[in-house]
Amino acid sequence: MEFIQPLWPAYPELFLLAAVCVILVADLFVAPENRIITYGLTQAALAATFIITWLTAAQEPVYTFSGLFVDDLMGEVLKLFVCLSTMIVLVYSRPYLAARGMFRGEFFALTLFATIGMMVMISANHLLTLYLGLELMTLSLYAMVALQRDSAVATEAAMKYFVLGALASGLLLYGMSMLYGATTTLEITELAQMIGEGAMIGPVLVFGLVFVVAGIGFKLGAVPFHMWVPDVYHGAPTAVTLFVSSAPKIAAFAFIMRLLGQALGAEALTAEWRQMLMVMAVLSLVIGNVTAIVQTNLKRMLAYSTISHMGFVLLGILAGNEIGYSAAMFYVIVYVLMTLGAFGMILLLSRSGFEAENLEDFKGLNQRSPWYAFVMLLIMFSMVGIPPTVGFYAKLAVLQSVLALGTLGIVLAVIAVLFSAVGAFYYLRVVKLMYFDAPTDTAELAPRGDVKVVMTLNGLAVLYFGIVPGPLMSLCLYSIQASL
Amino acid sequence: MIALVGAGLGFLVTIPLYLGFDPTARGFQFMELKPWIEAFRVNYHLGIDGISLLLILLNSFTTVLVVIAGWQVIEQRVAQYLASFLFLSGFMNGVFASLDALLFYVFFEATLIPMFVIIGIWGGPNRVYAALKFFLYTLLGSLLALVALIYLYNASGGSFSLPVWYDLPLTLTAQIFVFLALFAAFAVKVPMWPVHTWLPDAHVEAPTGGSVVLAAIMLKLGGYGFIRLSLPIAPDASHYLAGFVIALSLIAVVYIGLVALVQSDMKKLIAYSSISHMGFVTLGLFIFNPQGIEGAVIQMVSHGFISGALFLCVGVLYDRLHSRQIADYGGVVNRMPVFAALFMLFAMANAGLPGTSGFVGEFVVIMGAIKADFWYAFAAATTLIFGAAYTLWMYKRVIFGPVASEQVGRLRDINLREFLVLGLLAVAVLWMGLYPRPFAEVLHVAVDELIAQVSESKVPAP
Repeated sequence: MEFIQPLWPAYPELFLLAAVCVILVADLFVAPENRIITYGLTQAALAATFIITWLTAAQEPVYTFSGLFVDDLMGEVLKLFVCLSTMIVLVYSRPYLAARGMFRGEFFALTLFATIGMMVMISANHLLTLYLGLELMTLSLYAMVALQRDSAVATEAAMKYFVLGALASGLLLYGMSMLYGATTTLEITELAQMIGEGAMIGPVLVFGLVFVVAGIGFKLGAVPFHMWVPDVYHGAPTAVTLFVSSAPKIAAFAFIMRLLGQALGAEALTAEWRQMLMVMAVLSLVIGNVTAIVQTNLKRMLAYSTISHMGFVLLGILAGNEIGYSAAMFYVIVYVLMTLGAFGMILLLSRSGFEAENLEDFKGLNQRSPWYAFVMLLIMFSMVGIPPTVGFYAKLAVLQSVLALGTLGIVLAVIAVLFSAVGAFYYLRVVKLMYFDAPTDTAELAPRGDVKVVMTLNGLAVLYFGIVPGPLMSLCLYSIQASL
Repeated sequence: MIALVGAGLGFLVTIPLYLGFDPTARGFQFMELKPWIEAFRVNYHLGIDGISLLLILLNSFTTVLVVIAGWQVIEQRVAQYLASFLFLSGFMNGVFASLDALLFYVFFEATLIPMFVIIGIWGGPNRVYAALKFFLYTLLGSLLALVALIYLYNASGGSFSLPVWYDLPLTLTAQIFVFLALFAAFAVKVPMWPVHTWLPDAHVEAPTGGSVVLAAIMLKLGGYGFIRLSLPIAPDASHYLAGFVIALSLIAVVYIGLVALVQSDMKKLIAYSSISHMGFVTLGLFIFNPQGIEGAVIQMVSHGFISGALFLCVGVLYDRLHSRQIADYGGVVNRMPVFAALFMLFAMANAGLPGTSGFVGEFVVIMGAIKADFWYAFAAATTLIFGAAYTLWMYKRVIFGPVASEQVGRLRDINLREFLVLGLLAVAVLWMGLYPRPFAEVLHVAVDELIAQVSESKVPAP
């Protein structure tokens, strides 16, 4: 039993797996009107996982399962945020799901399985573990998108997601096999070591790298691999969109870090993938921001906005050093915080038989409920990157790491800011609708108590981290430094 | 009521700032330094010199007036209106007091949010267009400045501190890029020709209070940015590009002056007159002599009083007749003699009549310009003609002549509240015009230091 020693670094994942099995079984005995029990168990499981992750935090990276699995500080921090954001997703989703007959055991089981997948991805130290986590996550997500069985849009979105996702996984596996061919290992630390020695760099390795980057581009939703994003965001039930757009982005960041930052992070290879990321980042910024302007559906608009935000994340990563990685990590965490609020607000405005997913539905929100309008205002300005909201610091950190690259960095930074200014237009349009227009729908918003509290905290967090961004930034920098 | 107390307190706490300020000391006073974002070595670093002191006083003073002026006029969502103004005032004080570039930028950008909301919610019929134009125009400029700031952060080995940047050697090419990026932000804010087009729209659509704050203080952020960042950080580039900036300033002074002449909307006319007067500020700054820079700062403060007062005057008329068209008025003096007298004073000040604050700033700048080049001064001095022409012509058409319509005939003179606001401004305008010494005194040291920084080359020896 030597090879699974020590076991404790994997406690959070193991606990969550056991909890899902219990919840699956328990749900069979819960009557539909008592589904709240399943919900409570799920939240409790996530909270417990959060605490276990906290308690098992390791300063130095700890390897286990014969080097398949790693527990390091970056992984810990990302897992904490995954658990936290999944819990928030569940709070926001509950009324929406209940009103649409989707408040069923499957939703919770799939959410938890996806969460396990993300955590495995985050802690992977082997390309196979990474792939395993990825597939566990995406398969659960495909099913969740299609959860509303009688909706043609959702089914189409799920189909598209599945086909393109399978293709991307294929590309990724192909790339990984190339890496194996060039280096005869799949373990990330060994890969890094062998490539660092420089002997293996040749056409086969670079060829593999191209496929890996393509796979990454797809999972992140960066242009030109972005086609699925708007359709899935639009077609999926909003609660699922909320989930797809939040925690998995944190996992995708870990995925990139493990592959590019660690396995292929050697100086000589960085130059190779930097060019590819650069093209993807610039295209994402341009296409994401420009296309978002013409959208009338808020979910589609936010989908394109996600694409442009992922462009920023890529900019941080392509700097290829600790500062860049930590800037990207900070950006992803901030992005998740904002996107939770934005989609959460759509859920809050929706009620049974009415989806508040068009921009018009936000008209005159300031007159209907000034507080939520203010929260949405904060989130929108944060997405633009206006201080004193946290989005500004995320952009600042990324731009700083990019500008350190010299002349090329200046060009990239200027492109990035120009298209942020373009992007400002569509976020401002939401503010305009909420504040400057008269409401067409005057129904009072009466969200449940827990949604109210969490939404308020969510909005205030955007402001709080905008006034005191220091600790979170230091945490990102420190955890990246401790893990590389 | 709470807002008035807040604004009043805000003004009161700035008075000890003036009294405790030592006009002979070099460097910054009332320093405050606390670490803020450790990962970026950003500090919460405040401190003021004579230039910022005057602008902070102006800002706090104007905020009190704006709160009083909005008293009975704003009927919808009063709490949000007043809160926006207090936020705005706080952010602008922050800009004037920051000694850390990132802190400066945070405050500089944060002012956009309340102003956007003010124009958008309480503005005129075309307010959405104006608010968006205002926001996007200024955002684009400041984002480019952000790139320059981060570049300087990297170049200085990881510091956002302005005093550190003042001593940072930079090649001429780097300075020019930094200068142009900062210029993009500040020129839009000033606004300089040809990036001024957002201002008339924003002014026309904004509520009176918004116009006052916009003209009196927000435009000063641009001029202040030049003083605090562009000139000391990129002195060689400033000299190198001074001709270009002066040319733009003179175009603003002359051409925009002519444009103001043909306006039929009072607010638009004053907006164009603002652009023309702000041309003096940039002109004064870029001739690099003590008169020029001191004059520019005095012009900023004086323009704050005068343009604020003029917008309030238009606001008084607009509240009664709901029209800003000059053609709808005439003979107002018959019904509103007190108002006409005060309006007269401000119109004269805007035209640069000696004895008012408008004269002091313009005169000093022109004196500085003569030293630099006679033709600069000649072109700048034409504004005394155009300024008098467009202001007084507007005044004549609105105030004198036969009573234009039945509505004008029913006008009632200003009440105590309005009198208080305009009266305070009139006192300020006259005080500054007749006895400018208290204002000029605090500037000398700060201006000397600025001149010293600008005249020292920062290009590293090869």
